[in-house]
Formats: sequence, C-alpha cells, structure tokens
Amino acid sequence: MMNHTLKNHLCNLRAGTVITGKWHKHGYKIIKRLGKGANGVVYLAESTKELVALKLSDNSTAITSEVNVLRRFSKVQGVALGPSLLDVDDWRDPYTNQVIPFYVMEYIKGDEFFTFIRKRGKEWIVILVLQLLSALEKLHKEGWVFGDLKPENLLVAGPAPTIRLLDVGGTTLQGRAIKEFTEFYDRGYWGIGSRKAEPSYDLFAVAMIMIHACYPTRFEKKGDGRRQLMSMIQADATLRKYQSVLIKAINGEYKQVAEMKRDLIAAIHHDSYMPRQKTNERTRTAGRHKKRKKRSGLVETTMIVMALLFIYVLYIYGKVLQ
Amino acid sequence: MRKGALRQILLITDGCSNHGEDPIAMAALAREQGITVNVIGVLDQDTIDENGLREIEGIAMSGGGVSQVVYAKQLSQTVQMVTRKAMTQTLQGVVNRELKQILGSDVSLEDLPPEKRGEVMEVVDELGETVELEVLILIDTSGSMKTKLPTVKEALFDLSLSLNARIGDNRFAVFVFPGKHSDVEKVLDWTPKLEALSTIFPKLTSGGLTPTGPALREAMTYFNQKRSLRRLISGDESYFEESSM
Repeated sequence: MMNHTLKNHLCNLRAGTVITGKWHKHGYKIIKRLGKGANGVVYLAESTKELVALKLSDNSTAITSEVNVLRRFSKVQGVALGPSLLDVDDWRDPYTNQVIPFYVMEYIKGDEFFTFIRKRGKEWIVILVLQLLSALEKLHKEGWVFGDLKPENLLVAGPAPTIRLLDVGGTTLQGRAIKEFTEFYDRGYWGIGSRKAEPSYDLFAVAMIMIHACYPTRFEKKGDGRRQLMSMIQADATLRKYQSVLIKAINGEYKQVAEMKRDLIAAIHHDSYMPRQKTNERTRTAGRHKKRKKRSGLVETTMIVMALLFIYVLYIYGKVLQ
Repeated sequence: MRKGALRQILLITDGCSNHGEDPIAMAALAREQGITVNVIGVLDQDTIDENGLREIEGIAMSGGGVSQVVYAKQLSQTVQMVTRKAMTQTLQGVVNRELKQILGSDVSLEDLPPEKRGEVMEVVDELGETVELEVLILIDTSGSMKTKLPTVKEALFDLSLSLNARIGDNRFAVFVFPGKHSDVEKVLDWTPKLEALSTIFPKLTSGGLTPTGPALREAMTYFNQKRSLRRLISGDESYFEESSM
C-alpha cells in the first residue's frame, strides 16, 4: 500500500521540479498537477520538445500494466484510442531516495465530457456517444474491453470536438475479469450482469454515461437496480427518445458495438424511435401521402392547362373581333 | 511453474481485540504457513481509535497482506480491491523469487529495465486470472459490528461476483467471531458461491468480546485440516508460499 507521507509528497511536487529518468536519461520539468487517482498522480510537464503528461506512482505493478496496455494501443495504427506513450522510466526521488516508476504520454488538451456538455448543450451527448462507440469498436476488435468507462475518463479534444479515452488502468483482455471499475458504471453493482470482460460490459457503461448526463446529480442503487434505471429512462424526455437502445444496452442484449451504433443512429433520425412494425406502418402512411400529392399535382396541371386554354381562346376571340 | 492455490484470510472488523492471543502474532504465524492475512476496518461516521487502527495495520503487515480502513458505504469496492491487490502482491512475490533464481539473488523486478518489466507483469496478470484462490472470510460480529452486517453481506456478494468473473476457481468459507459456544464459529463451509450467506446472516447474534487472535488461530487450522484431507485424496497439492515484497 502507498505509504502516507510518500503519497502526500508525490502528490505535491513543486512546479519546476525536474524528473530525470534513470534508464533513458530524459528530463521533464513539472508545470502543474493534472489529476490524482487511486493508482498515482498525473502532472503536466515539459520535455525538451513539447508539453507532456507524466504519471508517477509508487505502485510499480499498476504502472507496468498500464504501460503494457498503452503499448498495445500504439500498435493500432492511425487510431487514437488513448494517449500515445512517449517514455517509460524510473526516477530516483532525491527527498526519500526511493525509486519511483513513471511513464510519459501525449498531453491531450480538452474538456471533460460533462464540462463540454454543460458548455455546448445536450445535443452533443449522442454525437459524443457515437464517437465513443466507434473508439470502443476498434478496441474490442483488438480483443480488449475498456473496463473503467466513465465521464472522468473521457476528454473532448478540439478544435473539431473529438472524444478521447484516458486512463487505461481498467483495460482488460476479453474473457478475463474486469481489472478496475467504478461502481456507478458497473453492471455488477446494479445487479444486472457479471464482471467478465466482454463488449457488452462497456456498452452498459455507455448507457449509464448517457443516463448520468441527463441526471447530473449522482444517484445510488435502491432495491431492484434494473427497474430503477428503467423508470429513470422513462422519466426523462431526452432519454425517452433513445429508450429502446438504452434498455437493450442495459440488459446486455448488444453483443457488439456495431449493433448499438446502428440502433442509436436510427433513433436519432426518427423523432421517437419505434419498433420495426410501427416503422413500416409509418413508411406506408408516408407513401400514401406521396400518392395523394401526385393526384393533386395532376389536378393542378389540368387547371393550369385549362386556364391557359381559356386565355388563348379569349386572345383568339379578340383577334377575330379586330 | 506448477499451479497451486492462493490462500487468504480476509478479516473484517471495526476495532480492537480484547480477548485471547495477540492477533498480530497469529497473523505472523499464518504467514509462516503460506496464508496471507488481509484486514478491512469498517468505520461508522466517526473515526476509528488509534489502537484499533494500529492493530489493523499490524495484522496485515505481519500477515503479509493488505489493510484498508473504510466507511461501511465503500465496503463493496474495497473488499474486492483488497483481495485482488493481495493476490497480485503474492503472485508478484512468487514471480520475483523465480526471477531471483534465474538472474541471481539481488535482482528484483525493479532492477529490470522498464521494457522487460512489462513481460514479467503479463505473467503475473495471467497467473492472477487463472490461479485457484481460497479465501477464508472472518467476520467480527461483536458489539457495534451488528448494524454493519447487511453491508458486509452485500460486499461479500460483490466479492464473489468479481472473483467468479476470473477464469480460475475460487472457494470461500465464512467464519464469525465470537461464536455462540466458542471463540469462533463456522457459518459457511468451502463453496465457490457466497449466495448461501443470505439465509445465514439474519440469524447471527452478536457477543461482547472480540477474540480476534483466537479467531485467526482457528481459521488457520481450518486451512490445514482441509489441506491434509485433500492430500489424502489427491496426493499432491502445491500451495504458493507467501513472500515479502
């Protein structure tokens, strides 16, 4: 476990402190703290070339498995799944003379998911969720599950708003047990499914992110988790629009991201998404509308022709009178 | 490497022992027999007293395990985290020892360049996923713990959910202390599922004394009994020995 004084010390490194790696000898100047998690601290730092994010922790195990995942990500060419990994090294902390493992990644500037929604409006929720689904689709194809999916781990980078995944601590190989999770976004907590790493585990979390986006105050499980979530979806106008998608995601009916993405897009394009039979009825009525339009078009044409004919007759009559 | 079972005792308590042997000594004894002792201290609104805190940390330290003090509300998340962390710690100890045998006595994981560490970590991950795990849960039901028992039950269901998502097998046993007639009482024998607890928990009564030390001693022998019994049946069972990090 983290020693308390050490933790405090590592969490409050002064700006200007230079962290130099023992193995690769690269130096990084601390600028400010970006965040603090269960497994370490992330700082904004400056290398000789650029601004970077530097994570350090006295939990060598956690650092090493995160680095393993980030390495795998960087092998997925041309797809920005997480921040790209720049350096991995150890730092001999001069105050305690202990060796602290750290890694350096690309610094992504942007807003946290909910901050962005608050600034730019609710219509961005589904758009960002669609982007998120695309990213997850690629991750799942590589045989992984993100695991600890939550708004705090999503960053919207600019200028064209693009969602990025941060903190790969929970990323797990499919078929294994989820490494790290947050109760609110975990289907096990809600009593709706297992903690096995499979695509549907992430999709449940996506549904929870959408629900949380519409109910900003965090709520807890009370009794039957499934029923509670269903009634919350029913009670909110935005969520009701996507209810069939959300319900399927919560019940784990989507085995692949592509299925959820398809249904979500369909729901966006209909004002209110309806089951298939009703959709058919809808197109049929739409068809009838069109036919009626065609018929009225015919009437219009005849009227115009008659009017023209009448004017022409008047014109001829006038000519004859002259 | 031949696979054996990892053996853990998970002690859930809310304060200081006041009866029988020193629990810290008992934890040290467990460790000597290859059993890791983890401790979770459960708080009410107020903070735990200094002695209680010292004892909780002491037991985990001499038992080679992990300790954590939490409010009852965070118990679920903590129980599964502590169990996993202790598991990884033990496995890493095992892998470290193997490394020392290969690379020489003064080499540990931290002495390897970061690139190589990743490969070792993958082995630890793989083991953590597939290893057989035996957790003996030891619950303090004395005095003020009574009101926290529903939360403890929830947390244990959650633990079984987390661990049963692994590929490897799990077995759980549940003991409470003080027992009706002795220092410690078995409420659930070795089983892969903790669901059976829901029928047992409401019936638990609480006593006045907190015999943490004797409870730990009893728990240890329960592992040993089972071990010798299984030996008779299967002839070979290997266990990971706990090692310090």
